[in-house]
Amino acid sequence: MIPVHWYLYLGAGLFTIGVIGVLTRRNVIVILMSIELILNAVNINLVAFSQYFHSTNGQVFAIFVITDAAAEAAVGLGLIIALFRNKETVNADEIDLLKW
Amino acid sequence: MMEINLPQIAFFALSAVALISAIMVITRRNAIHSAIWLIITLFSVAGVFLMLHAEFLFAVQIILYVGGIMVLFLFVIMLVNLDLAAKQSQFSRQWIVAVLTALVLTAELVYGIFLDHRGFLFTPPPPVAAATNNTQAIAVGLYQTYMLPVEIASLLLLVAMVGAVVMAKRKFE
Amino acid sequence: MLDSALQFLGDHPLVLATVKILVIFSVLSGVLAYIVYLERKVLAFMQARLGPMRVGPWGILQAIADPLKLILKEDIIPSGADKTLFLIAPVISVAAAFTVFAAIPFGDKDIVIHGVNLGLPLISNINIGILFILAVSSLGIYGIILGGWASNSHYPLLGALRSAAQLVSYEVAGGMAIIGVLLISHSMSLVDIVERQQSMGVWNVFLQPVGFFIYLVAAIAETNRSPFDLPEAESELTAGFHTEYSGFRFSLFFMAEYTSMVLVSCIAVTLFWGGWLRPFQGVASLDFLKFTPVVVFLAAAVAIVLGARKNQVPMEKLVLFAIAAGCVLLAAALAYPLVTSAIQGIFWFSVKVFVFLYAFIWYRGTFPRYRYDQLMNLGWRVMIPLGLANVIATAAVCYVLQPHPAATMLGMLSR
Repeated sequence: MIPVHWYLYLGAGLFTIGVIGVLTRRNVIVILMSIELILNAVNINLVAFSQYFHSTNGQVFAIFVITDAAAEAAVGLGLIIALFRNKETVNADEIDLLKW
Repeated sequence: MMEINLPQIAFFALSAVALISAIMVITRRNAIHSAIWLIITLFSVAGVFLMLHAEFLFAVQIILYVGGIMVLFLFVIMLVNLDLAAKQSQFSRQWIVAVLTALVLTAELVYGIFLDHRGFLFTPPPPVAAATNNTQAIAVGLYQTYMLPVEIASLLLLVAMVGAVVMAKRKFE
Repeated sequence: MLDSALQFLGDHPLVLATVKILVIFSVLSGVLAYIVYLERKVLAFMQARLGPMRVGPWGILQAIADPLKLILKEDIIPSGADKTLFLIAPVISVAAAFTVFAAIPFGDKDIVIHGVNLGLPLISNINIGILFILAVSSLGIYGIILGGWASNSHYPLLGALRSAAQLVSYEVAGGMAIIGVLLISHSMSLVDIVERQQSMGVWNVFLQPVGFFIYLVAAIAETNRSPFDLPEAESELTAGFHTEYSGFRFSLFFMAEYTSMVLVSCIAVTLFWGGWLRPFQGVASLDFLKFTPVVVFLAAAVAIVLGARKNQVPMEKLVLFAIAAGCVLLAAALAYPLVTSAIQGIFWFSVKVFVFLYAFIWYRGTFPRYRYDQLMNLGWRVMIPLGLANVIATAAVCYVLQPHPAATMLGMLSR
């Protein structure tokens, strides 16, 4: 049998990799993809505990998380397209018009 | 030593694929390759869902995430593709500090999980819960217990759709 | 020896599943080759010409000559193309198209050979069958997108993006049509859906005509067939996303398209047209219809003989008469009572799928092509609202007529 905490370790691992991706990469699209990794790690935790407590609340919440991820990806990518149209770059370091 | 059985092998295989492809996502130079590795990660996460007897979520993950969100990502990557971006340095200047911070975070998480890890085995479900299948149970949860969040989520999706269309449109001055 | 082999298969379900997969795979490949031939012949007859006639009598061997040619052609990879993605893209398309056949049931009677029960003629009865089909068939989009991108050329890229956008749009409409069927059938397993049609005594198409129409349009758009084939039509974008593919890779894309065609026909038949059910299955007085396979093969033999009389080449005449004799023998074999009852499910399923495939070819020969903006307009502004209205109307009628027993049971449980 598989104990619950193995799933939690997997979730923690994915979460860490996602956080490293968000903090280190320059390409804005890869940053968005790392955010998706973080959301998937959260989903794994939710579903693991949903199975542990034998209630489907965790899975319902995971569906909401997926819905949220879709909405956020759509808006984020729309922003990137608008940004690209103005500045011709997807490098996060070059989007610094508000810097003093 | 614990005996090795098929669920454990499946779990180790899925986790290995998930973690390795996640590392590939954040290290590839080409954004499309990152997207492909993310698709593989999402597939292994869907496999983990299936192992946890969450079959509806397995299908929803593949339909929505892999079949919808990642297609959107690929579209945008193809539209904003720059060869120049691929030649620049991919990692920001403060990557060492970032990795160290993330590792501190991981250490906290692992320690927290490790503290509580005894007695955390999955138990078989009670007989009443086992009678309804997973999709029906989620349907009851979504449309009876959590009806209001469903309506709010639909509003959220509407706002996101309108917002994305407005932002990505060309302005006709 | 056959008995021991059958016993081995009966005892090891994993090996049995593998053998079933191999059987379905090989039958499907054969069907695929001959659908291409059928399309060329039917289109030709619709356009008042003859189609392939040279290779073998009436061009039957064209189906073998074409793949052979494609395999022997040179494999060109454009310079600057992303090699890994270029290699993977057709594989993804074909894999996604073939994998969905794991969920489709072909019959309902257990296959019993020499007393060994080999189970139902299906690979698996997944309890989320419909979701699985939707999920895996949406993976075919990646083959198109990656194929267009990896070709490093703008015509394929534009064709791929257009094609992928079209597929995504019509997937939503197709899903809505399927929801109508789910509301009637109370189950996502395909076997349950067909069995419910049997118990209700009426096929779903008569309960959900609008849903069937939407699903049909969505299916044609999903498989990039006429009249929705702008992204890959030769006069438009020079064959779209598979412009740069040649040889075996192109044949993989080709196979993926025709497999998808067979696939959506199988799904439409299972969901709407009663799957493996005989027309009027419940009516005992029409039981003589179970001899239809025999009649069909005899009629085929007669048709071949009548058509072959005018043939000039004696060798071809001989081959055609031999085929007609084979049909007569098959008809005789099918007349055995044991075989007749066993073959009913698979036969009716095949007949219905064949009617759909013929209809697909018919549409190609009849309708003019939709322009891309007309296509997207149709998908988003006609099909999806129609699908939504269908779901709402079906749900209202279902609620009024018979509240679902499971809903009340769960309602009692949660209180």
